Amino acid sequence: MGKTLFDKIWENHVVKHIPDGPDVLYIDRHLVHEVTSPQAFSALKARGLKVFRPEKTFATCDHNTPTIDQDKPIADESSRRAVEQLAANTAENGITYFPLGDPGNGIVHVIGPEQGIVLCGQTVVCGDSHTATHGAFGNIAFGIGTSEVEMVMATQCLLQSKPKQARITVNGRLAPDVTPKDVILYIISRLGTDGCTGCFVEYAGEVFRDMSMEGRMTVCNMSIEMGAKGGMVAPDSKTFEYVAGRRFAPEGAALQECISRWSALKTDEDAVFDKEYVFDAADIRPMVTYGTNPGMGVPVDGTIPESAVGCDAATFDKALSYMGFHKGEAMSGKKVDYVFVGSCTNGRIEDFRAFASALKGRRKADGVTVWLVPGSKSVEARIEEEGIGDILRGAGFEIRQPGCSACLAMNADKIPEGKYAVSTSNRNFEGRQGYGSRTILAGPLVAAEAAVTGCLGIPAGY
Amino acid sequence: MDKIRTIESTAVFVPVDNIDTDQIIPARFLKTTVREGFGEKLFYDWRFNPDGSPARDNPLEGQKGVILVAGNNFGCGSSREHAAWALHDAGFKAVVSSSFADIFRNNALNNCLLPVKVSEAYLERLSDVLRTAPDTVLKIDLGAQTISAAGAGEEKFEINGYKKECLMKGYSDIDYLLSDKDAILEYEAGHRPN
Repeated sequence: MGKTLFDKIWENHVVKHIPDGPDVLYIDRHLVHEVTSPQAFSALKARGLKVFRPEKTFATCDHNTPTIDQDKPIADESSRRAVEQLAANTAENGITYFPLGDPGNGIVHVIGPEQGIVLCGQTVVCGDSHTATHGAFGNIAFGIGTSEVEMVMATQCLLQSKPKQARITVNGRLAPDVTPKDVILYIISRLGTDGCTGCFVEYAGEVFRDMSMEGRMTVCNMSIEMGAKGGMVAPDSKTFEYVAGRRFAPEGAALQECISRWSALKTDEDAVFDKEYVFDAADIRPMVTYGTNPGMGVPVDGTIPESAVGCDAATFDKALSYMGFHKGEAMSGKKVDYVFVGSCTNGRIEDFRAFASALKGRRKADGVTVWLVPGSKSVEARIEEEGIGDILRGAGFEIRQPGCSACLAMNADKIPEGKYAVSTSNRNFEGRQGYGSRTILAGPLVAAEAAVTGCLGIPAGY
Repeated sequence: MDKIRTIESTAVFVPVDNIDTDQIIPARFLKTTVREGFGEKLFYDWRFNPDGSPARDNPLEGQKGVILVAGNNFGCGSSREHAAWALHDAGFKAVVSSSFADIFRNNALNNCLLPVKVSEAYLERLSDVLRTAPDTVLKIDLGAQTISAAGAGEEKFEINGYKKECLMKGYSDIDYLLSDKDAILEYEAGHRPN
């Protein structure tokens, strides 16, 4: 029987198998941020150890960082302490660290690929559930807890049981107003928020082959939102072109040697998955969520259904009551108070290009607060280089500084209680964007439409 | 690390599906750099209003026990181990659900908090019992891999042999990995750096 892409990478990283137990899995890249690492560094120190392979470990600060006045000390004392702690811990252990304001700084899952830290055929972990993002390059990438962060720091290994595998195929071509975010919101709405629990997912088919690397990252990023351990796309020429020339990527003959190895990273034709799902691109419309988990999604021109996959009736009703919505209501036309564009899901240059292109000469609507937050310093610079900054400012928008921002509202960017926020981030959980905040997840085009009309609606002019 | 053999207790019953780690411990409490003190922040926004006064419809109100019984897909969302720390710090020793998110499950196991995955049918029976008799005592036997309660009967649950031994003897994964450094060095020597 043939092997899957996942099998091939996994087997190449097994140090040993424990009978009736997990595998010892070798980790190629460990990404670190300030929220889930301090307790691991302290525990390591208490054992009298240092990071075992600091050259495979890279750190950034992103969750606690403000998106204005980054040249000033962080005003929130505990946030400032958390960031200072990371600087001290990385210095002590010889780890490459991108501090606030550094040209390499940004959201951990944006800078990993952007800096060429993450390559192909690797095992990549981070104390962060959206580590799945890096599967876009044909990697086994997954989020871990802080005890596991400590294990990787101490030994460059983890104890992991091999998960089940699922393949999600989307055939056909997407309509011009359908973005990668709509594709993944559609998939999660069909499979439910725990539809792939215990599984690692491979995305296959024409839609993902045609998709840009940044689009693949958006899709893989949200694999965790249907419970998957991670998601991946087989690397191809687009992947190799993306990697070439990046700061930490191999160069010249070394890169060519890598590419010839990476080219073999694909699922064999006779490989068998535990679960197979097939969807048609023609069925996918611009999506929004109406509830309090990412599986509660409908087309923006659709209505709120009577139930959702993987949600019992009481939980479903509780979600609608939190959102202030009712069954059968149309989503289109609903008023919004905030728009947030950014996060490790949709904070890359293509997302800001899409947002700007969807304005079509229109200006920011009065009464809507819009936060445009680049995913990294590099994205921030590209926005200006490409003239997108001028277009956005000319239309009444303000561009903030990079970080996780309102995705999880650990900094000052909080959506007030009861307010509706169209957000290009990844989670619409109760209180995720601030106490009592009501999040409507969407892609950058639907976000742009909301920013210029103040309402939900189909992106105009496509 | 603590050890687990049997756990006998009344249940804290929260019949809600998809309880995510943002509910278990909101992100604003993650700024601290230590592991301690998360218990008092457990389910904070369910228990308190924004002004700190007790919430009117707190689903945990008046319930006591070291076993949390929750709806399907417990612990989904963020990888924050703070969720497992908060439950452990608040005194919980086990969580019972028909499904656990993968990262939460590992985090729980690494903190001697036993995730007991039962069938949907058993969870339904147990929920019916807890609705009518909230003082019912649940018994979890890790050695026998069983959970039982009067009125709901007994069910076996799965756990791999390695993890079971770790929990029963108080071993941790990191000790295992550190004891096997030679195998790791051997792997590195035999593989091209990636």
